Amino acid sequence: MMLKAVILIGGPQKGTRFRPLSLDVPKPLFPVAGLPMVQHHIEACASVPDIREILLLGYFPAQQLQQFVADMIAAYKIRIRYLQEYQALGTAGGIYHFRDQISSGNPDAFFVLNGDVCGDFPLQEILNFHTSLSTPSLITIMGTEATRQQSTMYGCIVEDKETHQILHYVEKPSTFVSNLINCGVYICSPDIFKRVGEIFNSRQDFYSCEDSEGTESIQLEQDILMPIAGTGQAYVYTTDRWWSQIKTAGSAIYANRHYLQLYHKTKNERLAVNGPDKPTIIGDVYIHPTATVDPSALLGPNVSVGKNAVIGAGVRIRESIILGNTTIQEHSCVLYTVVGWNSTVGAWTRLEGTPCDPNPNKPFAKMDNVPLFNAEGKLNPSITILGCNVTVPSEVIVLNSIVLPYKDLPRSYKNEIIL
Amino acid sequence: NLTTTRSSTSAIRCHFYLTLGNMKALILVGGYGTRLRPLTLSRPKPLVEFANKPIVLHQIEALVAAGVTQVVLAVSYHAEQMEQELAQEAQKLGIRITFSLEEEPLGTAGPIKLAQSILASNDEPFFVLNSDVICDFPFTQMVKFHKQHGREGTIVVTKVEEPSKYGVVIYDETGKIDRFVEKPQEFVSNKINAGMYIFNPSVLKRIECRPMSIEKEVFPYMAGDGQLYAQELHGFWMDIGQPKDFLTGMCLFLNSCKLNNSAKLYKGPGVVGNVLVDSSAKIGKNCRIGPNVTIGPDVVIEDGVCIKRCTILRGATIRSHTWLENCIIGWKCIVGQWVRMENVSVLGEDVIVKDELYVNGGMVLPHKSIGASVLEPKIIM
Repeated sequence: MMLKAVILIGGPQKGTRFRPLSLDVPKPLFPVAGLPMVQHHIEACASVPDIREILLLGYFPAQQLQQFVADMIAAYKIRIRYLQEYQALGTAGGIYHFRDQISSGNPDAFFVLNGDVCGDFPLQEILNFHTSLSTPSLITIMGTEATRQQSTMYGCIVEDKETHQILHYVEKPSTFVSNLINCGVYICSPDIFKRVGEIFNSRQDFYSCEDSEGTESIQLEQDILMPIAGTGQAYVYTTDRWWSQIKTAGSAIYANRHYLQLYHKTKNERLAVNGPDKPTIIGDVYIHPTATVDPSALLGPNVSVGKNAVIGAGVRIRESIILGNTTIQEHSCVLYTVVGWNSTVGAWTRLEGTPCDPNPNKPFAKMDNVPLFNAEGKLNPSITILGCNVTVPSEVIVLNSIVLPYKDLPRSYKNEIIL
Repeated sequence: NLTTTRSSTSAIRCHFYLTLGNMKALILVGGYGTRLRPLTLSRPKPLVEFANKPIVLHQIEALVAAGVTQVVLAVSYHAEQMEQELAQEAQKLGIRITFSLEEEPLGTAGPIKLAQSILASNDEPFFVLNSDVICDFPFTQMVKFHKQHGREGTIVVTKVEEPSKYGVVIYDETGKIDRFVEKPQEFVSNKINAGMYIFNPSVLKRIECRPMSIEKEVFPYMAGDGQLYAQELHGFWMDIGQPKDFLTGMCLFLNSCKLNNSAKLYKGPGVVGNVLVDSSAKIGKNCRIGPNVTIGPDVVIEDGVCIKRCTILRGATIRSHTWLENCIIGWKCIVGQWVRMENVSVLGEDVIVKDELYVNGGMVLPHKSIGASVLEPKIIM
């Protein structure tokens, strides 16, 4: 069997809710649990034995991804290419545009993964399910259960419980349809291109010749899934493993925690351990080998420390991501915060954010994508984010605030966006 | 030698004492000290330690140095704890301390009448002071000035930056007071009543044993008769009856220590500016203490702690890497690691603050354990 994987990574106009972190680096390359976000996808794909090639589709300038792709090829010893869309083609448009590349070598099936979802993807299981169906599936969607209320924020799938065929699909309905939602992970048969071509051509006819710009944008959810649903050619595979989206900068903290936890299963060597002359570690913590952490620091749970970062004496970090080249000086306390690259945080300073985790009392609850401002126009409490090259003086507090890159803070801030 | 004089409207019981020294003083303590809660929920206000010594003792020691041998504390509630603790001090100083208990609140003048039997037991003038006042007490100078002008009363006045918040005193170049103006809208004077007076016993004819305000019902008449004089206070002054002012007063007091008697101030590694540390306190490594900090007996400060503009009362523990600014930490409190407290936070007695919390203007009642941050100023019961 020969398989391929396509990872949709979007472009600079996408992922704007991830600012200010996405101002410095393409969002798919933002490190979560020590690895660029999309490396977790690549790692999941590379662990499926029959995968021969991974294609990253997006419209970031190619040179922004060059080094990353080279690193991934070296790390996973698998063919990986970045295919740049010349304009935003939509979640299906890119796949259609590069259909020849995807189909070359005649893969038996190919995975499609959204770059901004995260989770413990059961790719081998969905492959087994897809290939052992009695009637062939053009597309098998990975689904998961959500609460009734939250389901309307996602693509909703109505499933035939016996055959697992998709009877109906609708994207972000205004009323409740189903609490089985689309995870943004699919496995497709190459035959799907014929179907996509039909839909593409019918849309070309719909838009007359005067308006030829922007017609190539096809959305996988609305334009492909919805029509195929109910034809007996689309199936759903339900998983109850951890799944979430990474839309806002704050959700990076949530994803960080879960990916670190996943390391226990197969990548335990990535997690930091206690030892003499080492900092005290509580729970799951990732420390890049080049980072310097004072033995009197207390880290964790759920902390990632990036390349060449420096953590001073008596520093406390919990539920946070410290990016590369950043210095945290002595006795400071960092909670629920993302500290951007090349930043400096003074001594006895407190950085604190507020988590927006899913309600632990509700089964299947997902992260709420809380808007930036509340009804009264005040900033909603959220993870504190420092952009790159930010300087925070000693002895101040930065609480529930977002600081844009290259800012030198003169004082404490609470519940503010600092430009 | 402690006794208590009680009032009744029909008869005033007089106790006759052999007067050993010549001067007497009345300290107006009043009621429960509610503005200094939560500290005053555990200890009577005069016994709350300011710069590592009970407030009232600062005053009593200065009075004794000026020749006072009998001090009367005017209280409006039963003060057994105070009586016990001050009994020892009285013995040490070789003076007599008595309590005058108002069974109904008598205002700012009534208590003077209540204590008449002691205050007017001879012809010497007597002091009256507010229990919340801290300054470089000018008691000896007051006696001198008072005897010099020979009139009935002397009030100490002090200069303030914003006189329109108070009542100001208008007086001529000899000190003779013309009048008082409450909260003036336009500038007339920047001198206010500093809460320290010296009176001849004849002033008692002007006071009745009922609720009376000295500012409204006594002073204006004395001024009208040309019998009231003002003496300017030099140096710092503060009414420390509420936490914000308590801390400001602490800074002023420490600054005065520096100008007068530097040996009392603490010198050690990590100390910045004016700091007072009791000899039994322990301070860890890599700390930064000061400026403007007082640390009481048996306090433990662990490693890596930064404290600025704070009072830490007896027996408290501040655990490592914590940062405190502008706080009062009550007796026997335990403040956890990596805590940040600021903005006039006050912890009552025996409060526990868990690790890694942020307390912003929190006022915490005694014996409470805090497990969640206090993001905006509020009272924690």
